[in-house]
Amino acid sequence: MRLSVATRKGLFELSQRNGDWDVDALHFVGEPVTAALHDSASGRAIAALRMGHFGVKLRVSDDRGKNWEEVGSPVFPPKPEGIEDSNPWTLDQVWILEGFQSKHPQRLWAGTHPGGLFRSDDGGRSWHLIESLWNMPERKQWFGGGYDIPGIHSICVHPQDPDDIVVGVSCGGAWRTRDGGNTWTVGQGMRATFMPPEGQLNPVIQDPHRIVQCESNPDVLWTQHHCGIWKSTDRGANWSEITTARPSNFGFAVAVHPRDADAAWFMPLVSDEKRVTVNGSVVATRTRDGGVTFDVLDAGLPQRNAYDMVYRHGLDIAADGAHLAAGSTTGSLWVSADSGASWQTVGVRLPPIYAVRFI
Amino acid sequence: MAYLEFAPALQRHAAAPPVTAPADSLQSLLSTAFAQQPALQSYVLDEQGCVRKHVAVFLNGRLLHDRRRLDVPLAPDDRIYIAQALSGG
Repeated sequence: MRLSVATRKGLFELSQRNGDWDVDALHFVGEPVTAALHDSASGRAIAALRMGHFGVKLRVSDDRGKNWEEVGSPVFPPKPEGIEDSNPWTLDQVWILEGFQSKHPQRLWAGTHPGGLFRSDDGGRSWHLIESLWNMPERKQWFGGGYDIPGIHSICVHPQDPDDIVVGVSCGGAWRTRDGGNTWTVGQGMRATFMPPEGQLNPVIQDPHRIVQCESNPDVLWTQHHCGIWKSTDRGANWSEITTARPSNFGFAVAVHPRDADAAWFMPLVSDEKRVTVNGSVVATRTRDGGVTFDVLDAGLPQRNAYDMVYRHGLDIAADGAHLAAGSTTGSLWVSADSGASWQTVGVRLPPIYAVRFI
Repeated sequence: MAYLEFAPALQRHAAAPPVTAPADSLQSLLSTAFAQQPALQSYVLDEQGCVRKHVAVFLNGRLLHDRRRLDVPLAPDDRIYIAQALSGG
């Protein structure tokens, strides 16, 4: 088992030796890596670099990261003259990469800032914008949350149906296509308390910070939203609020067990107004009964003067359903081998962590 | 003949040899450079054809401020220098 950790200063790969996790590869040192995706079966990998000066660059590897090749980045079409759109039509960052499914090994998806969804059918070498989503009138209502512009951070591809996809937008709601991206419907039920009262239930401006699907039961989706936790049991058509999480229902990250749709994990922070750990203690929260009750998990996590924040892609669960990894924006990394009951601090000082993924 | 040179920071990522070519505008000189090294274009310009926000273009040592205008006239012996702007952390 290996871990991929995308950071502000490069892409780290870690593995376990004698029980301890350690870095055994570092790619693109010095460059911000905003997203990465690995296919453990084939050894292929793709990484999105956000170069401070020279734009977004994608690199692919066919040999488990030994060699990387630059390939084409997603690009937006020329912005038509006279069109009213407050968003730039220029790629700022790739926020999420998904794909490498066994039935469609060459198909990849990229969610970007601004809020574009791109598809590749050649393993990431070329990309095209899903124009149905980009040209949708509702997109004009999207706005940035924590960024100046909206972005797509979650792409849940149905494990059995590659044309059935749910995407999450901050701030723009949760959208589902069942026809490979030709048509889209938005989910209902989320509530945005940051909006004026008459706009709080508008599905098109919701801020789901992160959406994940249960691999064995993809009708079940979990969302850590800006205003709490929501769950859907009908693949995003309707969302129900879960209000039982303690010590807080605010945060960015969520993970769901690959074979138990009732089991989900979160990394809570105080609130929208105070985005730090509660009482300076890092904890994970876990439900095993679909959100009826939550456990607060702190064994092995720092409990004093720890103001680490786990951002939306900073939490992952392995295919075994037992290993979890959490990486913080202050460069701390923790791994659990027992479903979060206890955690091991990885003894390396990493740059700010954008995303962790088990390989 | 106009002259175009790229800063070492860019050459770290892509081959960017200097270019000496007849050109009556910045656009023309850049086109020559990109024809010789196609990978360079996306490092200097965004997909809307503008100079990237954190890239700086100098004409005879003077910074060009309008990122959207590439039709800047060039005289023979003008020198263009393309560098990374100061940004980031």
